[in-house]
Amino acid sequence: MTSPLQQKIKITGPSMVTANRTSDGVVIYRTAKQGWSASLSDAAIVRTSDEARALLAEANADDVGAVGAYIAPVELKDGGEIKPGNLRERIRSKGLTIDLLPA
Amino acid sequence: MYAYDELDRTLINERVSEFRDQVKRRLSGELTEDEFKMLRLQNGVYLQLHAYMFRVAIPYGTLSSKQLRRLAHVARRYDRGYGHFTTRQNIQFNWIKLSELPDALAELAEVGIHAMQTSGNNMRNVTSDQWAGVAPGEVEDPRIWSEILRQHTTLHPEFSFLPRKFKIAITASEHDRAAIKVHDIGLRLHKNADGETGFEVLVGGGLGRTPFIAKTIKPYVAGRDILSYVEAILRVYNQYGRRDNIYKARIKILVHELGIEKFAREVEEEWKQMGHGALTLDHSVVEEVRSRFSYPPYEKLPHMPDELKQAAHDPLFERWRKNSVAPHKVQGYSIVTLSLKPVGGPPGDATADQMDAVADLADRYSFGEIRVGHEQNLALPHVAKRDLPQLWKALDRIGLATPNVNLVTDIIACPGLDYCSLANARSIPIAQELTRRFANHDTAEMIGRLHINISGCINACGHHHVGHIGILGVEKNGEEFYQITIGGRADENAQMGALIGPAVPYAEVADVIEDIVEAYLALRDRPEELFVDTVKRLGVEPFKERVYATR
Repeated sequence: MTSPLQQKIKITGPSMVTANRTSDGVVIYRTAKQGWSASLSDAAIVRTSDEARALLAEANADDVGAVGAYIAPVELKDGGEIKPGNLRERIRSKGLTIDLLPA
Repeated sequence: MYAYDELDRTLINERVSEFRDQVKRRLSGELTEDEFKMLRLQNGVYLQLHAYMFRVAIPYGTLSSKQLRRLAHVARRYDRGYGHFTTRQNIQFNWIKLSELPDALAELAEVGIHAMQTSGNNMRNVTSDQWAGVAPGEVEDPRIWSEILRQHTTLHPEFSFLPRKFKIAITASEHDRAAIKVHDIGLRLHKNADGETGFEVLVGGGLGRTPFIAKTIKPYVAGRDILSYVEAILRVYNQYGRRDNIYKARIKILVHELGIEKFAREVEEEWKQMGHGALTLDHSVVEEVRSRFSYPPYEKLPHMPDELKQAAHDPLFERWRKNSVAPHKVQGYSIVTLSLKPVGGPPGDATADQMDAVADLADRYSFGEIRVGHEQNLALPHVAKRDLPQLWKALDRIGLATPNVNLVTDIIACPGLDYCSLANARSIPIAQELTRRFANHDTAEMIGRLHINISGCINACGHHHVGHIGILGVEKNGEEFYQITIGGRADENAQMGALIGPAVPYAEVADVIEDIVEAYLALRDRPEELFVDTVKRLGVEPFKERVYATR
């Protein structure tokens, strides 16, 4: 997966903006209320490249609260549930896929 | 152990104060991320998938028990109770909070540990043989020279903004455990015809996107001249190295594009112009550094103590001893490797409790000293043979007596997509599955020496090019695939592995590796023929046929 930092802003499906919280690095998602949430379910969803560009610009404007904002794909399930759109985002959202202790 | 002087301590403490102020200004918004990024990288702080990652320097892989205990404390207090030892003999913490980093750094500074130049386009941690100073037949302790280079290059303004990162490794033994041929500069200590100690200097090695084996630029440079010669190389690199393209910025590209002869002429010219000035190392300077390394007060001990004879009746002990215990230069002592590759565990990880326990064992059995090897294992370098049975029992209790050193489950792996923002694919779960497949120690011993190296992207932190079997994670249409190479090696006969065919999906990697190993067992001409030697003798084809015939 190409680093999101190298991606041009062109989306092909529903997307969100994600970053890491500056103070502790926690994964956060840009919300529709111009804030951040640690829950993907709170993420603002964009469907066009222009919307994505605007949401990213808004996110980048908060340089104190967040670091490394980028656009990432999501899957929208029936009922509106938001799922990560690729493995990288699944790992960021759900955590490590490995056992930390020998098993 | 090397004892830092007042200058070192002042430097480290000032650095902590400086970084504390920088973090404060970042958190208040006075510094933007663009302004802060280079500052944090110069202190070993990356931003990864889930959190900040903090890389702490362990110069030439040598730690005191006090330092290891402090690393355990940092893991427990500021992280999630574990750390990851890296292929540059460093340690990484994966969950550190930026707001707490200055406190963590301050606590590390109290025991002489820092994170300077563990990132950024500067001289990285100078690595060396993890058995330095204790290996039989060694020319001399290469850490003396590692330390001289460390002191000279730390915060050196001329080397703080190189075209790209720069890595040096030093060995002083015939068998290269420091992988010097895959470094920007590799230094091999040896004696010339007159019996004087100096260096063979190799340049332009490296892995990553464009792998190269280093070439010898000068067969012999006297010890007193090594600083000036290395600096001449760096000046040529600084002047001609490309800054316009990150993928072509390493010195290996410059050496390749100029050719080693022309590059050598440029270095020679620069070196001549420098003359025999301030960089020529006086004997007294070298001896001053040498004197700050302390060596244990070894006892006069028998080669084969009674304790060892009695323990030899225990087959489990004997299996571990034969696998993990190496000869020491002093009679009656051994070097003990502590495998950080338990079956099913993430390679190179150690819990805070394990670190504390190893520190205690080092105090009891190894004069308080621990080493970190680039293979992501630890070592106790000064263990009396009489103590081996007790040490083995203690290591077994804390899960660090897996008898798999240099065997198929002693896997080098980068953090991969579970942690790393650059990764394309996961490394650790591949390693974990392979350790389960080859968990039977009889099978692993029967297979013999076999190094599997795994990288989650082309940056090659897992050294996949030089694995006997190399596994490289790539991404295809959003799915994880893995390219497999065979025949690589990182020792004195270093070479890159050869690709065996198309990449295979995540779910098939372990099966493919099993196929390769089964092919080797069928093809080797005798049990002693190592995997790499069979590949060398027969080439890739028979392995390729075995893997792809049914796929």
